[in-house]
Amino acid sequence: MNIDLSRRSFLKLAGAGAAATTIGALGFGAAEAATAAHVRAFKLTSMTETRNVCTYCSVACGILMYSKGDLAAGEKAELIHIEGDADHPTNRGTLCPKGAALKDFVKSETRATKPRHRAPGADTWQDISWEDAFDKIARAIKDDRDQNFIEKNAAGVTVNRWLTMGFLAASGGTNETGWLTYKAVRSLGVLGFDNQARV
Amino acid sequence: MTNAWTDIKNTDLVIVMGGNAAEAHPCGFKWVTEAKHHRGARLIVVDPRFNRTASVADVYAPIRPGSDIAFLMGVIRYCIENDKVQWDYVKNYTNATYLVNDAFGWAEGLFTGYDEAKRDYDRTSWEYQMNEDGTVKTDPTLTDPRCVWNLLKEQVATYTPEFVENLCGTPRERYLKICEMIGATSARDKVMTSLYALGWTQHSKGAQNIRGMAMLQLILGNVGLPGGGVNALRGHANIQGLTDIGLLSHTLPGYMNLPTEKEIDYTTYMSTRGNKPLIPDQTSYWQNTPKFMVSFLKAMWGDAATRENDWGFDWLPKLDVAYYDILRMFDMMSRGEVNLYFCQGFNPLLSFPNRAKLTQALSKLKLLVTIDPLQTETGHFWEDHGIYNEVEPSKIMTEVLELPSTCFAEDEGATVNSGRWLQWHWPGATPPGDAKHDTWIMANIFLRVRELYRKEGGVCPEPILNLAWDYEDPYEPEAAELAKEMNGRALQTLYDPKDPAKVLVEAGKLLPNFGVMRDDGSTMSGCWIYAGSWTEEGNMMARRDNSDPGDIGTFLNWTFAWPANRRILYNRASCDLQGKPWDEARKLIEWNGERWQGFDVPDIAVTAKPETVMPFIMTAEGTARLFSRKLLRDGPFPTHMEPFESPVENPFNAKLRGNPVARIFPDDLAQLGTSADYPFVGTSYRLTEHFHYWTKHNRVNAVLQPEFFVEISEELAAERGITKGGRVRVWSARGEIWAKAVVTKRIRPLICNGKPVHVVGIPLHWGFMGAARKGFGPNSLTPFVGDANIDTPEFKAFLVNIEPAAEEGASA
Repeated sequence: MNIDLSRRSFLKLAGAGAAATTIGALGFGAAEAATAAHVRAFKLTSMTETRNVCTYCSVACGILMYSKGDLAAGEKAELIHIEGDADHPTNRGTLCPKGAALKDFVKSETRATKPRHRAPGADTWQDISWEDAFDKIARAIKDDRDQNFIEKNAAGVTVNRWLTMGFLAASGGTNETGWLTYKAVRSLGVLGFDNQARV
Repeated sequence: MTNAWTDIKNTDLVIVMGGNAAEAHPCGFKWVTEAKHHRGARLIVVDPRFNRTASVADVYAPIRPGSDIAFLMGVIRYCIENDKVQWDYVKNYTNATYLVNDAFGWAEGLFTGYDEAKRDYDRTSWEYQMNEDGTVKTDPTLTDPRCVWNLLKEQVATYTPEFVENLCGTPRERYLKICEMIGATSARDKVMTSLYALGWTQHSKGAQNIRGMAMLQLILGNVGLPGGGVNALRGHANIQGLTDIGLLSHTLPGYMNLPTEKEIDYTTYMSTRGNKPLIPDQTSYWQNTPKFMVSFLKAMWGDAATRENDWGFDWLPKLDVAYYDILRMFDMMSRGEVNLYFCQGFNPLLSFPNRAKLTQALSKLKLLVTIDPLQTETGHFWEDHGIYNEVEPSKIMTEVLELPSTCFAEDEGATVNSGRWLQWHWPGATPPGDAKHDTWIMANIFLRVRELYRKEGGVCPEPILNLAWDYEDPYEPEAAELAKEMNGRALQTLYDPKDPAKVLVEAGKLLPNFGVMRDDGSTMSGCWIYAGSWTEEGNMMARRDNSDPGDIGTFLNWTFAWPANRRILYNRASCDLQGKPWDEARKLIEWNGERWQGFDVPDIAVTAKPETVMPFIMTAEGTARLFSRKLLRDGPFPTHMEPFESPVENPFNAKLRGNPVARIFPDDLAQLGTSADYPFVGTSYRLTEHFHYWTKHNRVNAVLQPEFFVEISEELAAERGITKGGRVRVWSARGEIWAKAVVTKRIRPLICNGKPVHVVGIPLHWGFMGAARKGFGPNSLTPFVGDANIDTPEFKAFLVNIEPAAEEGASA
């Protein structure tokens, strides 16, 4: 089966539109068609459907996300529902107890939603702007790198490494985030660089 | 995975050992039940715990944590003794017939060349006997006592059924039943698949566990075939991808290595990477390393990378040790030698061993930055949460920044599944609050640092100032731009070397595959194995045609698989020497007299003659290695080693503790316990309802599995006076935790050398942040030591003690 027919358009077909035509064509009378026409369209047909992949394990099940609002059209989008993608060859629409609750992850109350700063010795967070946070980070990187960067080893060989900084990258993130992170971190000379491959 | 999730349906026998797919990879495991239902496939589970995978197995066998090598070598011994060998495969597609250096040997648990003081081997003798022309000496008759096959026979002779039963605690009849089932797949029309995960990697000899299975699968002729292979079930959604792209201390994208400081320039680096074939006419694909390396350096530094400056080789940091892995970094941090640490979607406070040491180390940082969709324990390590995180904030001088990032639902890009499929996804939700894409965050940090170097100068600014950053919006590089950069493009027009009038790729165009890459600076590609993922035809990772013409689970038009859209690695080995499938009913590809064709992308050149070019194209031999030469630090064959903390002595050599060449720092060596104080074996595991430390932030999953527990046998409960559901204290030489006791029949005492060994199972999903109740994890207890080859921490076998504890809030 090829996939030009999206799940959403399928739902639309199977919903209001199809009710009026297909049932009629099957020979049901006008009364049934009128009843069918009154059946409320499936709620998800008013949603924007987006194809995505489960963020947890490496089975990488296909998922369909339904949102109120269309990001592609520049609108705000609020996630309403997630289900398995029946067209996906691996999971064929199924999800496990983790994947079935994906929406709760997106909407978790303990999501980080604003940049925060904890001062040395403090016992609380303070809000900080992105600009101030970036300035703080850039200054710390520049100063520490300039102070601790090793250009040559004892034998005089160029080694260009910086060992007083480390970076752990996200195996939950995309390849594209990984590549941009790789470029930025390696260009600084960082060797203490890893992802979750060992854990 | 050598194969794909959807390929499991083609198997006759599944062995799950070193993993628990039904719980950790439930929807992938459905392909096991599919194979059982439709093909009558059978399932073997070998695990210390009767888990949910075991609950649907045809045969389940318990095993003592950390004794897998003995089990696997025992199975190999059985196959050799009982002639359960796919001989044509072994003789032609492995190095069984190659002769090994006379000086190589093994005695008392050690291979030739051990240096106790260095905790390392001199591996000089772990090599083939060579002819004067640089090719390998072989004995196709397998009679020479120095051929790999005869050395292997000698190596596994010790692992008799009695030996395995005593060491592993696996009842002998069950073990022999498993040997018989596995051995039956040496038939040409029977195939076994192996599914494993962290249950094999998280040992101080993890790499050797996996080698043990790889060797067994080669002996049975099960690698490269539909329904076969050695299948690592990766953890996170994109561990495969980040590893492909080289986000490890010592790697470059596409499984190339970062240079060491002994490789003083590009020429020296390449001098050991010639990969000249050891057998005439073999592919030895790594001969192309210069093309991939120069293309990578051009992706990094663009026009600034020139032949004159070695393509910017000096701008890569050079290693002075094997790698600065996370254990080493935290050890350095604990001594105040690390100042800045970034955790992007990573929660090391719960995921690395010896939590007390981690907290102490983080407390010595100047600045910790978390970039995460969630509020993590690591970011909050300085907060006092009573027994769950007992610290004094006023004494911790680390400055912390918590930066909110987006999650899958809000971003765009590809993640790579265990079967190497790069699957593109699209955003469907607005990020909450002020959360931003990781790409925006990384770009802002980098561009600010670059600006400081532009304005102020500083130490070694060139790699920063010259880094290629040609994005339409430099502050928010788009996923499509980054994906194309990894795929690569032609920087000049590429002509066919055989026909200089023929244009292969015009200047500026995306590369169609890695075959066209050049080492003269005329191509760029961030990650050579991803070439072909986004071509002039479009985004191959977004393809959604789920047709499967051969009905063999390859789905060639669904997204893109690296390398070259190949779905089963080493698929040439699915055919006999003449190029016909070993099993006509399981046809994947075949030689039609002129070329290879079928339902997968052949992994050798399509016109490579079947009787000449052997299937294992990435080795210089063209064959797979039963004897791995000098490539692993702890031996060219697996040999049984005990965990660093074990109730049992190494039967070959009582003086050996753990893996004799694994790195262990002095403080951590001093913190190892013995079975006199810690008589029980702890092992970590995962639950169906939770994913690492993420889902405890979800209401639904927190309801499904709300509270931390440890799992013990009825016998251990009786011995220690522990009641079902009662609170217990579990402690090791490094820390203590409190938990509910789940007393089950799923864990049984194992009888090793006539004595019972009790196992304490410790799930790992709890912490002090999120929606679930506060709890602990195994990492409060586990030793700070890893595998000898890659330093994956030993989470699966360590020593603990256990006792009943007062209920929380009650006075002790």
